[in-house]
Parts: sequence; structure tokens; C-alpha cells
Amino acid sequence: MAEIDGTIEEMLVPYPDLVKKNRKKHLVVKNEAAACCPQIEANTRTIPGIISQRGCAYAGCKGVVIGPIKDMITITHGPVGCGYYSWGTRRNKARADDTTPKDKIYSQLCFITDMQEPDIVFGGEKKLAKMIDEVVAAFHPRAINICATCPVGLIGDDINAVAKAAEERHGIQVLAYNCEGYKGVSQSAGHHIANNNLMEKVIGTGTERKAGRHVINLLGEYNIGGDGWELERILQEIGYAVNCVLTGDSSYLDIKNLHLADLNLVQCHRSINYIAEMMETKYGTPWLKVNFIGIDSTNQSLRQMARCFGDDELVKQTEVVIERETARIAPVLEQYSKMLKGKTAFAIVGGSRSHHYQYLLRDLGMEMIIAGYEFAHRDDYEGRQVIPTIKTDADSKNIPELHLVADEKMYQEAHIHLNMSKEKYDELKKAVPLNYYEGIYPNMKDGQVIIDDANHHEVEVLIRTAKPDLFLSGVRDKYIVHKMGVASKQLHAYDYSGPYAGYNGALNFARDVVNALTTPAWKLITPPWEKTEEPRSETHA
Amino acid sequence: MLECIPEGSVVHTTGKINPAKTCQPLGAMYAALGIHGCLPHSHGSQGCCAYHRMHLTRHFRDPVLASSSSFTEGASVFGGAANLKTSIKNVFAIYNPEIMAVHTTCLSETIGDDLPNIIKTAEIPEGKTVIHVNTPSYQGSHITGFSGMCKAMVSYLAQSDGTTKKSQMNVLPGFVNPGDMREIRRIVDLLGVKMIMFPDTSNVLDTPLTSKYQMYPEGGATVTEIRDAGNSEVTLALGSFASHDAANVLQDKCGVTGIPLKLPIGIKATDDFIMAIKDWFGVEIPASLTLERGQVVDTLIDTHFHYQGKRVAIFGDPDHMIALTEFLLAMGMVPVYVLTGTPGKAFETEIKKMLEDAGITGSRVKAEGDLFELQQWIKEAPVDLLIGTSYGKYIARAEDVPFVRFGFPILDRAVHPLMPVVGYRGCLRLIEQISNALLERRDRDCLDEDFELVL
Repeated sequence: MAEIDGTIEEMLVPYPDLVKKNRKKHLVVKNEAAACCPQIEANTRTIPGIISQRGCAYAGCKGVVIGPIKDMITITHGPVGCGYYSWGTRRNKARADDTTPKDKIYSQLCFITDMQEPDIVFGGEKKLAKMIDEVVAAFHPRAINICATCPVGLIGDDINAVAKAAEERHGIQVLAYNCEGYKGVSQSAGHHIANNNLMEKVIGTGTERKAGRHVINLLGEYNIGGDGWELERILQEIGYAVNCVLTGDSSYLDIKNLHLADLNLVQCHRSINYIAEMMETKYGTPWLKVNFIGIDSTNQSLRQMARCFGDDELVKQTEVVIERETARIAPVLEQYSKMLKGKTAFAIVGGSRSHHYQYLLRDLGMEMIIAGYEFAHRDDYEGRQVIPTIKTDADSKNIPELHLVADEKMYQEAHIHLNMSKEKYDELKKAVPLNYYEGIYPNMKDGQVIIDDANHHEVEVLIRTAKPDLFLSGVRDKYIVHKMGVASKQLHAYDYSGPYAGYNGALNFARDVVNALTTPAWKLITPPWEKTEEPRSETHA
Repeated sequence: MLECIPEGSVVHTTGKINPAKTCQPLGAMYAALGIHGCLPHSHGSQGCCAYHRMHLTRHFRDPVLASSSSFTEGASVFGGAANLKTSIKNVFAIYNPEIMAVHTTCLSETIGDDLPNIIKTAEIPEGKTVIHVNTPSYQGSHITGFSGMCKAMVSYLAQSDGTTKKSQMNVLPGFVNPGDMREIRRIVDLLGVKMIMFPDTSNVLDTPLTSKYQMYPEGGATVTEIRDAGNSEVTLALGSFASHDAANVLQDKCGVTGIPLKLPIGIKATDDFIMAIKDWFGVEIPASLTLERGQVVDTLIDTHFHYQGKRVAIFGDPDHMIALTEFLLAMGMVPVYVLTGTPGKAFETEIKKMLEDAGITGSRVKAEGDLFELQQWIKEAPVDLLIGTSYGKYIARAEDVPFVRFGFPILDRAVHPLMPVVGYRGCLRLIEQISNALLERRDRDCLDEDFELVL
């Protein structure tokens, strides 16, 4: 621990005083001797000039939450860039299903109003309205999203009024998201804005409950590299009816029916916890934080889910699937683990992934010695019990909070959702952490480091000094890390591989990590003429 | 693939569906990376900077560093001066570049931040430089943003010391890959002329892996070199959209003659590039270049039946399209659709003139177009080949057309940023790619009895 403390001190040296004072609060070294988690500053402004990994509210709203909905046309209202950069770059896979044919899937297209200078000067509302009309005439979508970019809010375009008028003209739902990039301090603001709109306008408007005994939603799973499909495979085999995966490969039709499920599973806590919490308030639906990254964590999540329904058959079938799947992949995984045992990793990624991948790395005999998030809040580090103590600031105040109440017709107590007595439910709550998330801190080991909103300078110093075997982050860091001679995997885009979730995902991840660490080119870095060994033969001079 | 795309004509007059351009700041960021020891800085919300770095990184598969003013809602209301000043202070303290190249975004432009004044009143350490360009995303495209940053290099940095011009030339290479810039330098070295090329991203975005990371790699035109560009005799400005403006500013400011040229893609444009140098400096053309050229002619004659007369659709950045159209015509191909996302009627005029001179009628040429429209055209009257950026892969699959990746960005294939398409070597690469794409298709589609060993 002393060693890492020294590194952190050294890392802070070049900072101007204000930066140093600020950044210190975002760094915590786990101390197992301490009784509780120290406070970690998070979800606060990035200091101007610092090379952060963070994106913006638009990226969180359109790029993360809204973009994957396959049967909605999402029009980005703004100049060309934002829509263009978020086109096809998050690997949210989508395919046709029973209710959504291929010709109703728009995931591979990009729609933007492409605002020009006159639109900035005179307003872009007419252009947006006209584009909606043309898109409806050409594509006949079931519903439309409009996502705002920075200038839209500044010039005062009323996208909500445009949406409302378009709804009346076309008889389909048109949702407007005020997710201008300057809102909040990161992508996180956009997640919240997207959650609010879906909750307020879409969820609860459908009437068709999926057939099956145990109907569940998987929230905060975006089907990157097909993760959601691997999880659906497992869940369906156990006997669950998967109502909706939000929003990976999801459809507008499914989201309308989101409230008609018995239990919400939460995979990415950061991006979707608002909907989980609001559905608990409005419909009484209980939610369970799950983690399907890693074998042990997948098994634990499946067992906790099964307990929630108090159904012996479900518990039994869960064990059957766990045993079969674990046995199936164990021999291969063991081979990989032999090559990975004792290796170390950093993960600086997202708002939930670093926690998720701790488990998978441990399955493989690896340790995540430095973990951090780009856009997490304190609860993602310290656990949800800190939420009431988080102070709102000028930035968080600008993101609306919906204050929902129990729906008069559709609210049911959690135990009724789970088809059990109140007493049984109270017992269940003691055994299974329903409606709660503990954060990443408890799972970290002594001397391991948490770093919030890590920046380029810090990453460079930490890699030089702590020398991990593997760096898990995004594409902006990837090649920097390679140049330093350290293997790196993208945990947003999986280096175009996947799935990484569930059992098959664990195998893919293990294989990809082994390949990244052992690819023969790592041994070719030094040219033979720069090696200091004995000459191989006499020269012919 | 793309089953949702309507069959038959639809009205599409507003906005873009599947754009063929992106915003100005990305081009400004790319150009800035071609200055040695430069940290590009995005004056806006951090999302812009994150997106631009991501996109450039995906194309080049190399580190792209840039900082941001990280606007919040407060800065958007009260102005971003404080954010930029804090940024300048922190960037020099922590990341210590030689120069910061600031570009604006639609956010800072809409609120009207006055960059020259903010920079003037910022604390800039002795010996360090800050330059800027206005790049509102609601004008032009990434190509005009690139052009703008080139102009900023000239207007901030280039100086004439007033004496006789030095026997040296400037080359403005345009928005091309580091591999192209490296090839341009190789050709100029063979001609024995001293050159200042700016921007120059070779040795910046095609760096070797040595385990020793350098935040500011060896490459890039130094501030001293760009300053000295004002003392050159002549500037070759490659590409009218990306480079001509900067050459004009340099001519006005420092009296350096600007010669507008196409990007040296294709045999004729490469000939023009070499002849411009020969004519100005009176250098002899080395036998090795004559040989390289001869190899291209030889290959064209030997392989013309692979591609002559084929209908081809091309899309991408305007300077690339202009030069490529010329080369495709030299190959005997028929460009039936030529589209760029960048606005500019001059694009249409120039391409149409080339087609007319080649006796080709009925082609569609469009500036400020999008790929939805291109796909509609292809649905209406099919083509034998599509050439363009990675975004063309959807059309190629949906319409079952052979596809050659060309230009920026290419996100789904590697190595391309290191392999030049400029110069005579570049001609060979293009001929090979085009031939192969058509022959692969022939091999895939033909009957067993028509499947031949020798083609």
C-alpha cells in the first residue's frame, strides 16, 4: 500500500494546486482495516484542459440508452457531427423478432437535421418538423425519437412542441430528449434524461404481457457484441420469459409493455437505475442488481433470481443449467486460466463495467489492481445507501428528477409481483439484496486503487509504475497503452468480438485476453541488432 | 441488409440520412496533429473532443490526444472564456506541448466566444504558442475544418523575413493519411527539393511500437518550419477544398507563390505534381520515378480488361473524389455517380467538366449529398463497383455491389493509413484493389465451368 501511495503522490506532482486538490478527492486506496468506505468524489465537473475520457449528455442519451431501440427512428437535431459519431459505433446488435420484422429496423441508419448557419440564426424547428414529415412518409416508423445537441438548447428550439405537433399530424409517438451535450458533467446526465422520458411517455402504455410463468426485464443491457442474446439464451432455458432487454435489441413495442413483468434485473446500474427505481415506485416492481460477467457472478445472479420467485421447479432448473453450463466450459476455461493466473489488470471504463469484470478476471486467476469509472456516481463506488447524502450541485440540479407516485390501477406490492406472501417476501429480502446495489468498493482488496474520471496523465503514470499485464478501457486509451508495451482490450466495443456476458461470453473473453497477452509480436519489439546478447556468428568483414 | 430502405423514389429534401461528411472540428483536430509537439484543444463540451478522438483513433489505430474546455451548462450561459483560460494553464502545466491548437465547436460558436481576445489575455508560458480556428459545426464539413486549421497555421505562424526567398517549397498535403504524406516526401526527396510540408502526420499517426510511449512523437511540422514557410519560393496546394485557402493566405501574407493542384492521386495528378516541381525548380526527374510511372502504364495496359467500361459509384471527400474521378477515367471506367458530403458547387462543376471531356453523359454528380440518396440512385440503376469509406459497406451488401474502401474514414480494415494512394505507387495500389474487387466478384458469381485459373 505504501508503494501505491507513493505512486499517487508522484502522479499529483505536476498538477497546479487547484487541480491537485480536486484530483485527490477522486482517488481512494482500499484499506481493509478501515470500517467503511471513504467518500469518493464522483459525478462532478472535469477540470477544463484535462484529457478526460468522458463524453457528453447526448452520448449518454442517444448513444447509450435510446440508440439501440431498433424500431424507432432517432433523429438527431443539430449539426452533422453528433449523429454521425454515434452511428453504428456502439455495437448494439439488433435483429428481427416475432413482432418486429426486418423492414422495421433502423439501427444501421443515421438521421440528422444537419443544421446550417441560417438554422442557428433563425431557429431549426421548421427544418426538424419537415424532416419528421419526410421520414414518416418514407419509412413509416412506429415511433420517433428526437435528440437535441448543444446549439438546440442555446438557440431555444422547442423540440417538445415540434414533437407534440408531429404526433398530432402523424398519429405516432414522437419523443423529444433535451440531452444537449453541455448538460450535467458526463454521459451520465444523458442516461437520466433518457430514463425519464421512457418512463414518463412509453413504459406503461402497452397491454400485452408476455406468456410465461416468470416474466422478467433485463435493464441496462445493451447487447454489445450480442451479450443480451447470450443472456436470453440462458434465461429462457431456465424457464424465464424475457419481456424486454432494455435497450439492447429492444423494440418500442416491448418497452411499452415493460411494466408487465414480475421482476426487473439491473445489469448496468449507472445507466438504468432510474427506471428500476421509478418502476418500483410506480408499479411496485422489485429489482435485483445482477452481474452476468463472470462464471461465479452469473451463477450467483441466477440463484438469487430463482429465489425471488419461491418456485422450487425454477430453483431446480436453475441448478441444472448452472451445472451443465459450468461443466461445459470449465475444461476450456481452466486451460486459459493456467496462462492468466497471477496476472494483473487495470480497468477504467464506463459506470458499471469495472465492477462487473472484477469477477470474470478473478475467475481467470487475475486481479484488477486499479479500477475506475468515467462517469459513475458515488453510489456506484460506495453503494446506494449514500444516495440520500449526495449533495446536489449546479450541474446535477439541471437534470430533472421525476417525482412519481404509485399508479392507482397498476401498482402492486412487490410480493404480489413475485407471487408470494408478504412474510415470505420479507424473508427473501434478508437473503437477496433486492432494490439495492453495494457498489464496487466492498469487492476490492487491500491496496487496490479506485480512481474516478481518470485522465491521460494519471493513466500514463500508473501504467509506468504499476505495470499491469492488461489494460481494460476504451479505444481512445487502447493504442496509447500498446505503445507502452502493455496489452489492452476495449471494454466498450470488445475489440469487435463478443459476447463477453454469460458462459459463452466468459470463454470468448478468456480467449481474447490470452491472445492479447501472448500474441507473438510482443516478443518482436526489440530488433535483433539492438539486442545486447552475444553475436550469433562471426561477421564477414 | 437495410430492408427498411424504401423502394422507389421518396421525398428527401431535409436533413441528412446516412451522411457522407462530418463536422469541422474533427478536421481541425486532425490538421493540428500534423504540427510537431502540438496538443489540439476542443473549445466546447467534452463530448465533442471524445467523439473526435474516438473517430480518428478508429481510423488510424494510433493514439490521438486532445484536450477539451469541458463546458458545463454554466459556461454555456456565461461564456467559455474562463474555461479556455483554465485549459491553457492546465494543458501547459500538465501536458507541456510546444503549441496548443484550439478549434471551436457549435457550442462555443453559438454563444459567440471571442477566441482571439480570450487567447490574448490568457497566461501562455514563455516560448509556447497558442493558435486557433473557428470551426462551427453548422458550416462546411470536416474538410473545411481541416482547411481552416491549415489557414490558422499560416496566419498565426508563417512569417517572411523580407529577404530573398529560399530555394525551398511548401507542400500542403490535404486531408490524407500519414502513409500518403510519407510518400509525398519520398517523391520530393527523389527530386532533391527542400520541402516544408504542413500539416504532416507521418511519424505522428503511424508510429512504431517500441514500448517507449511519447505523447508528442517525432513527426509533424515544427513551429519553426511553419514559420519559415513564409520564406519559401512556392507552395504546392494539394486539393482545392483542403489546401487552396491556406496557400492563398500564405501568398497574400508572405508573397509565397501558391500553385493549386489536385491531390496527387492517379497518374495524371501525380504527373502534374512532379511537373510543377520540375517547372519551378528546374530539377531533373530521376530515372527511378520514370520507372515507377512506366510500371503504372504497363499495369494499366495489362489489366484494362478487368475494369474498362465498368460503371462505378464513388463517394467521399471532395479532393479525393476529384482526383479519383480523373484516375478512373484514365482507367477507362465510367463514374456514373460521384458524391461528396461537403458543400461546394465547385465540386460539381469540376467533376462534370471532367466527365464531359471524357464524353460521358448521364452521370449524377452531387455536393452536399448523403448515402441514402446514393443508395436510391444505385437501386434505380445499378453499378458494377462502389468506392468509398467504410460507411459504404451497408450499401455494398444491401445492393450486392463489389466494394473498394478508399478515403476517410476506414473503420473496419487495418493497415490502410500506412499504404499510400498518392503517387505512382498509389496508382498501383488502387489498380490492384479495383481489379481484385471485380475479379473476386467474377470468381464468386461464375458457373463452375467458367471458373478459371488465369484471369
